[in-house]
Amino acid sequence: MKELLLIAVGSALIHNVVLIRFLGLCPFLGVSKKIKTAAGMGAAVILVITIASAVTSLIYDNVLLRFDLDYLKTVVFLLVIAALVQLVEMILKKTSPALYSALGVYLPLITTNCAVLGITLTNVQYGYDLLTGVVNGFATAVGFAISIIILAGIRERMEHSDIPKSFRGMPIVLIAAGLMAIAFSGFAGLQIGG
Amino acid sequence: MKRCMKQLWNGLWKENPTFVLMLGMCPTLATTTSATNAVGMGLATTVVLLLSNILISMLRRVIPDKVRIPAFIVIIASFVTIVEFLLKAYLPGLNESLGIYIPLIVVNCIILGRAEAFASKNKVLPSVFDGIGMGLGFTFGLTCIGVFRELIGAGEVFGIRVTPDAYEPLAIFVMAPGAFFVLAMLTALQNKLKSKSATNMPAAADRLICGGNCASCNGKECAANHGVLEEEKEKRRAAETARKDAAKKEALIKAAQAKKAAMDSKNDALKETAAVIENNSGKGEA
Repeated sequence: MKELLLIAVGSALIHNVVLIRFLGLCPFLGVSKKIKTAAGMGAAVILVITIASAVTSLIYDNVLLRFDLDYLKTVVFLLVIAALVQLVEMILKKTSPALYSALGVYLPLITTNCAVLGITLTNVQYGYDLLTGVVNGFATAVGFAISIIILAGIRERMEHSDIPKSFRGMPIVLIAAGLMAIAFSGFAGLQIGG
Repeated sequence: MKRCMKQLWNGLWKENPTFVLMLGMCPTLATTTSATNAVGMGLATTVVLLLSNILISMLRRVIPDKVRIPAFIVIIASFVTIVEFLLKAYLPGLNESLGIYIPLIVVNCIILGRAEAFASKNKVLPSVFDGIGMGLGFTFGLTCIGVFRELIGAGEVFGIRVTPDAYEPLAIFVMAPGAFFVLAMLTALQNKLKSKSATNMPAAADRLICGGNCASCNGKECAANHGVLEEEKEKRRAAETARKDAAKKEALIKAAQAKKAAMDSKNDALKETAAVIENNSGKGEA
């Protein structure tokens, strides 16, 4: 239990997926104009990464390792994630239209999000089992959601501030992200359970 | 031949993927902690880009249009796996320091972008030059950023100390936040000089769901946007037809009423005349 907690805090805060590991930067910079859309994207990422961690972990342990097809993991994971996103989209559309209308537009965007592939490959690399992998995936996605919502909040406030002309647009967003990265590297000093 | 050289120049300078197109930001930020890593990442991407461009260009008439993206992804992923194994065998040190970013070349926007935009529409030879040009352009961009970060952050270039001992390296530049700051300065400089770049295009695409972030678009977002736009169009079309239908119905009802009224008045007139005639005949009889 303590190990799982350690992994969760480590993935969500200390090794934050966007700010420290630079995975999933495209949606981080692209969909963070408003808090509402950022929250939608964050929720969709949490959903997809958690399911993808579970599915790829099962496939890796039961199919790829058993038949000695370890080297196919990149290809297989990529296709599994793409198919999974489509499937999740269809299931949501049928079972929960409210959730679908909230997350729907963000789901197709996630296929190309390198965070999902990155997390599933990391799970395999560290040899996590099913439970640990899912916890790691969920915590990482929560880290992503936290940082994209914070950035969206900063960007909403920056709309009204007087920014030097050449820094308007992308540069000031990158500086804000850099400052957030400094703040998040402060979590590296975190110690759990003494 | 002239066209091929043009393609090479296009990738290296005119449409440099790092500085102008701003594609593949994840590896740009993550692997430029030192010049060596940057060159390694750039060359690995170049090899994958070149091989996938060749194969996709050769198969461009074979791959059906509807399943082209999955087909491209499988081709790219196969080459990435090959490159990963080669690196593991011959350059284990580099493989160790690049780590997870080697398999993640698969999702690099540049490779799928070039496959979609160029290799699937052109002959093999131009695609080869496009791959080399774009790949070397990416390597050039990464190396510039890597050299800059390593020089300021560690006082070294390619692992060799070049600054005097009195220089205290600003370690933050080789850490994660430094990557954001360097890129921010780069884009700010481009804005200042008004050079052509993906970041200083007018931001008119607020309503698009990808945030109008064309820099990191590889067509997938585009497809989703098309979905949204189509939906909107469909809605408008439905509203239009509904309005028309209602108008038609109303017109029909009006016409029917008018007809009925006309009939009624006709009937009334007939009745009247009949009554008059009756009266008259009554009078006559009387």
